[in-house]
Amino acid sequence: MNAPVKNPRAPVEAGTWSAVRPDFPTLDQQVNGHPLVYFDSAATSQKPLPVLQALDHYYRCDNANVHRGIHELSNRATHAFEGARRRAAEFLRAGRPEEIVFTRGTTESINLVANTWGAANLKPGDRILLTEMEHHSNLVPWQLIAQRTGATLSFIPVTGDDGLLDLSRFDELLDNHVRLFACTHVSNTLGTVNPVAGLFARARRKGIVTLLDAAQSAGHLPLDVQELGCDFLACSGHKMCGPTGIGLLYGRQELLEAMPPWQGGGEMISSVDYHESRWNTPPHKFEAGTPDIAGAVGLHAAMDYLDGLGRDRIFAHDQELAAYAFERLKSLSGVRLFGPNAGRSGVVSFLLDDVHAHDLVTVADQYGVALRGGHHCNQPLMRKLGVASTARASFYFYNTRTEVDRLIEVLSEIRRFFSA
Amino acid sequence: MFDDLTDLYQQVILDHSRSPRNFHPLHPVDRQAEGTNPLCGDQITLHLQMDGDRIKDVGFQGSGCAISKASASIMTEVLKGRTPAEVRRLFDRVHEMVTTGRQDGEDLGKLAVFTGVHKFPARVKCAMLPWHAAVAALEGNTKPVTTE
Repeated sequence: MNAPVKNPRAPVEAGTWSAVRPDFPTLDQQVNGHPLVYFDSAATSQKPLPVLQALDHYYRCDNANVHRGIHELSNRATHAFEGARRRAAEFLRAGRPEEIVFTRGTTESINLVANTWGAANLKPGDRILLTEMEHHSNLVPWQLIAQRTGATLSFIPVTGDDGLLDLSRFDELLDNHVRLFACTHVSNTLGTVNPVAGLFARARRKGIVTLLDAAQSAGHLPLDVQELGCDFLACSGHKMCGPTGIGLLYGRQELLEAMPPWQGGGEMISSVDYHESRWNTPPHKFEAGTPDIAGAVGLHAAMDYLDGLGRDRIFAHDQELAAYAFERLKSLSGVRLFGPNAGRSGVVSFLLDDVHAHDLVTVADQYGVALRGGHHCNQPLMRKLGVASTARASFYFYNTRTEVDRLIEVLSEIRRFFSA
Repeated sequence: MFDDLTDLYQQVILDHSRSPRNFHPLHPVDRQAEGTNPLCGDQITLHLQMDGDRIKDVGFQGSGCAISKASASIMTEVLKGRTPAEVRRLFDRVHEMVTTGRQDGEDLGKLAVFTGVHKFPARVKCAMLPWHAAVAALEGNTKPVTTE
């Protein structure tokens, strides 16, 4: 029986990040005859041993349903599940654990807010303010609720290839019709880190409810919902070293209390009659059915792991690698780069001459380099930039400069291959 | 491994992707369809001119990867003179070839350059996108078709 791993990782010094690699078994393999270079962490991160061990321990030793049983295992499962909630509240600096709702991920968190807060509060003529760089998951749920309620959408423009928000008209966009402002913290395509705290402060002064899409930031930099000034925050466990299928929604207590439930079922009720029911209090009101208990346990281990390393250090490493990749890519001829020149997160999107992103990614894979090629769930942004797709390299703390050098070598091979 | 790559990107395919044939709209258009691959944003618009039950001329426009562009280019050459029933049969044969690597029955001619696609399952949709558009155009399907 494996004991759960406590305090999994001490911080590593700058320049010695390769010390974490043995924690990630997936990284240690050959792909197509070459050592794997995993540059797709913006899609999903790899999972360290303490997370795998926590999942294993939960299923081997503590598995039971939560909140219903009187027996020992159910008590342990409940304790583990609610312990993960308390940990998540601490991780996001939420005021109380009741402000944390477990969901399947960022997408479900945003859909939950759209379908509960949105359905209860939006009316014809109201506006939802977004940005032109939102992932489809922070766009389509708002389109759906706008169609149902008669609300409309407006957008903060993106400047162009340099991928910044054009804030010159922000105050005009925050007009009296705007009820909600939802914005991504870090762009999954451009790597832009948006100045959300300042934007949210201006929105909230006008009584506008704010939502932060933290899918690309939660596992990469320290977050504090009080300082950020967001009413809601959505993130995914699997992009921050946790398992797939678990995510978080932070919601301010007063808002969660006033919101109607979303899905009906067990757990979310306090009493049920044949014709009507009374709802449980938040967060359970929003957690119908048996939750992903193991996922929450795994996410708890992931949060411990990340904080053991230090999210401020992780972000510094992301930024350093991205800046290095950006410079090296810029030195190649015929490369078009997307996103800001400075201050970017660990995401670099690019195009190479006339080589389509899909062809580039297919060939890179033959050299063991895992990239993403496509529209990155940013179709409107791609159209705005006048491209069908881009290739994207995304980094995490387990990536190294040597791997970036390998990417540059492989890109030169790819260019040779397609110009032969 | 690079044998797989050169099987996928044969010179004929690279040539057609760089200089696609019949890469223009037709006037007038008897049948047309739009195809998209929602995964990568690739898009093709296919135009057909008919002579009775047979395809007289084919043109396409759009943007895509080397595989989808070459597939469209070579397909436009192959479709001329074919009936809708023949095109549907070719669709099935090409699909079989790009998913399994097998070519049963009659020689697929220049379409056989896409055999190597079967080693790259993620690229099957790229090769099939123009074929989805062709079948949709012949069936009079005016809604954009997708590879999904």
